[in-house]
Amino acid sequence: MKAAEARSDNLTSYPRARSTRRVQDYITIVLFLAPAFILFLVFLVYPILRSIYFSMFVWNGLGPAVKFVGLGNFLRILTDKVFIRAVLDCVFIVALSLAVQLPLALGLAIMVGRDLPGRAIFRTIFFLPYVLSEVITAIIWMGLFSADPSRGLINALWVLIPGVQPQNFLSDIHQVLACVFVVLTWKYFGLYTLLFLAGLQNIPKEIEEAALIDGANRWQLTRHVTVPLLSGTIRTAVYLSVLGSLTQFTLVWVMTRGGPVNASEFMATYMYRYAFVRFMLGYGSAVALVMLLICLIFSIAYLRLARQPDYLGGV
Amino acid sequence: MSRKVYMILSLLLIGSFALTACATPATQAPPAATEAPAQPAATSAPAQPAATSAPAEKVTVNWWHISTKDPGLTDWQKMADDYMASHPNVDIKITVLENEAFKTKLTTVMQSEEPPDIFQSWGGGGMNQQIDAGLLKDITSDLDADGGAWRNSFAPGALAVYSYQGKNYGVPWDMGMVGWWYNKDLFTKAGIANPPTTWTDFVADVKALKSAGITPICLGEGDKWPGMHMWSYLATRIGGQPAFEAAASRTGSFTDAAFVQAGDKLKELMALDPFQAGYLGATHDEMQAAFGNSKCAMELSGQWAPSVEAANSVDKKGVANLGLFNFPAIEGGTGDVSDVIGGGNGFAIGKNASPEAIDFVKYLTSAANQTIIAQHGTGIPVVKGAEAGLTDPNLQAVQKAATGAKYFQLYYDQYLPPAMGSALNDAVQTIFAGTATPEQAAQAIEDSAKENLK
Repeated sequence: MKAAEARSDNLTSYPRARSTRRVQDYITIVLFLAPAFILFLVFLVYPILRSIYFSMFVWNGLGPAVKFVGLGNFLRILTDKVFIRAVLDCVFIVALSLAVQLPLALGLAIMVGRDLPGRAIFRTIFFLPYVLSEVITAIIWMGLFSADPSRGLINALWVLIPGVQPQNFLSDIHQVLACVFVVLTWKYFGLYTLLFLAGLQNIPKEIEEAALIDGANRWQLTRHVTVPLLSGTIRTAVYLSVLGSLTQFTLVWVMTRGGPVNASEFMATYMYRYAFVRFMLGYGSAVALVMLLICLIFSIAYLRLARQPDYLGGV
Repeated sequence: MSRKVYMILSLLLIGSFALTACATPATQAPPAATEAPAQPAATSAPAQPAATSAPAEKVTVNWWHISTKDPGLTDWQKMADDYMASHPNVDIKITVLENEAFKTKLTTVMQSEEPPDIFQSWGGGGMNQQIDAGLLKDITSDLDADGGAWRNSFAPGALAVYSYQGKNYGVPWDMGMVGWWYNKDLFTKAGIANPPTTWTDFVADVKALKSAGITPICLGEGDKWPGMHMWSYLATRIGGQPAFEAAASRTGSFTDAAFVQAGDKLKELMALDPFQAGYLGATHDEMQAAFGNSKCAMELSGQWAPSVEAANSVDKKGVANLGLFNFPAIEGGTGDVSDVIGGGNGFAIGKNASPEAIDFVKYLTSAANQTIIAQHGTGIPVVKGAEAGLTDPNLQAVQKAATGAKYFQLYYDQYLPPAMGSALNDAVQTIFAGTATPEQAAQAIEDSAKENLK
C-alpha cells in the first residue's frame, strides 16, 4: 500500500513524461505485434471460428449454410466406424514412430555425431529425404511399391527370391499401412537425426570425458550420460512426431487416398474425403474440430506431464 | 501471466495445424475488374497519356478445362488464340487443371462465389447443386436466340444433360458411353473369335483368356469409379431403367434385388481372379497404361479410352487392334443389351460470365471446331454436321452405341448428388476388396440415398 502511494506520488511528480513514454511503448508493442497478430487472426482464428459455425450444419459448400443440425455431425463422427478406424490408424502410426523412428534417429545421431569418418556426407544423406516435397516422396514410393515387378523396384528384387509371389503392397489392405509407415520413417528420420545432432552439440565434452575417466564404457556413457542430457530434445522430438503423425495428410493422400477401402485412413484423409470429395463441408468442419481437439488435448497433457527438469534447456 | 498467454497462443498455433488441411487453399486472386482502371478526373491531363488510347473495353474471359494432354490441350489453346485474334478486346485466360485438382479447386472458388466464366462440367447432380446455389448462368435465351440456331445445332439428348428444371446452364462438347474395350490380338491369341454378347459367354471368355496366360481385365479400382461402372452396368442389365429410376426417385430402394444381384455377379466375376495384380490400389491412368501396353485383354472404359490408353502406353501408340463391345446381356435380366451408361464433357457457364464468354462458347461448339475435336479423337461431337470429322472407327462405334441406345443413363455417380456418388463409389470398392457383402454394400448405398435424395 505504502509502496503504491509512493509510486503514485512519484508518478504525479512527472506525469507527462511517464505517460508519454508509456504510450510510446504501447504503440511500439502494438506496431510490432500487429502484422503477425493480424495474420494470425485472419488465417487461423477466423477460419477456426467459421469451422465451428459450419460444423453445426449440413452444408455442401454452395450458398449459405441453412440446415442446422446442432451437434449431430459430432455424434455421427464418434459413431462412424471409419473415423474410429482412422483414429486407430493414427495411434498405430504414432506408436510405431515412437518405437522405431526416434530410436533409429537417436542411434544414427550418436553414430554420426561422434568421430565417424565422412560424417558430413552421412548427415547430408540422412537429411535428404526430409528436404524432398511430400508429393514427390509419395510418387517415388508409389513407383517403388508398384505391384508389377517390371515397374516396381521392390517387387523386382523380391521376386528374385525363388518361389515368392510379387506383393501388392499399397493395393493390399493388410500391407498398406505398414508401407505408409516405411515411407514416413524414410522421410522423417532425417529431421529427428538433425534435432538430436543439435542436442548432442549442447552436451559439454567435459561431462562425457569425466564419465570415461570414471570407467564408463561406450554403452554406459550413452545410456547414463548422453540420453539423459538429451531428454529435452527427445521430448521435443516425441512431441513433433506425435503431432505430425496425428495430422499426417499429404503423403498418405497422394499414395493411397486412405485406401484401399479405408485401410490407410488417417484423420486428415477422412476429413478431406468428406469435405472435398463428398463435399459435405459441415461434416468435414466437424471432423477438423475433433482433430483439433485431439491435438490440443495431447499438447496440453504432454506439456504438463512431460515437464521434467531440463538439464540443459533442450534445443 | 504472460507466460501463460504465450503458452495458450502457441498451443492454439500448434493445434491449428490440424485445421490447415481444411483451410481454404490459396486461390489465384480473381482477376481484377475487367474495365480499364477508373481514372481520376483528368486534372493533370499530360501526366496520364495512356488512359485515352483503349479502343474497346477489354473483357477477360476465364476458362478452366481439364484437357491436360494433346491433342486436346493444343486444340483448345488454338481455338482461344483464333478467337482472340478476331476479337482483340477479348482476353481469354485459360487454366488447365488435372481432373481431381480441378474438382477441388472449383469447390474453393465456388465458396467465394467467383466461379470461372467457362468451366468443365459433366452435368448431373453436381451441376444441379451449383445451380441451386445460384452459381451458374441461365443461358436458355442465348440458346434460343435467332430462332434457336445454337440450340438446334446440338444433339438434344446431350444438351439435356446440362439443363435443370427446363433451363440450360451449360453446353456439351462431347458425349459418349462406357463399354468394354478389348485387344483383338489378345482375344485371337486366346482363341476367342467374337466378343461376348451374354454374361455366360463373357465368363467363358474370361476363363479362356486366363488359361491362355493373359490377364483378362485391367481395373483401376484405386480411383473407385472404374469399378463402379462395372457394378452399375450389372445393375442396369439386371433391373433395366425401371430399377434405377425407382431407386433414384425413392419409390424403390438401392437394396432392391437388381442392386444386390449386381454385387453377386461381381463376386462371381472376381472369383475367376480376372484383374491385374494390385488392381485395388491402381489408378485410372495405371489401368489405361496396363491396357495400352497390352498387359490385359479388356477394360471397361468410356470414349476417352482410345486416346488415354495410347497416351499412357510406353510406345504412345497403345493397342494396335482395338475393339469395343457393349456390356453383355445378363440372362434373365430385364435390361436391354443396347442400354448404355455414358456421359460426356461440357462447359458450364459461371454466373458472372460476360456476353463475350457465351459468344466464345458458341464459337467453341461451332460445327467447325467440333469437327476438329472429332478428327483428333478428343471427343465424340455433339453438334450436327461434325460427325463427318469422326474417322476413328472406335469412336464411330461409340457414337453408334450411344445414339442407338433405348435407355441412356448418365454415369450413376455423376447423376446422383456428389455426396451420394462418392458414397456409391466407396461402397462398390468394398465389394472389390471383399470387405463387404453385396447386401452390405447395397445397404450402404441406400443409407446414403436416404440422406441425400429427396
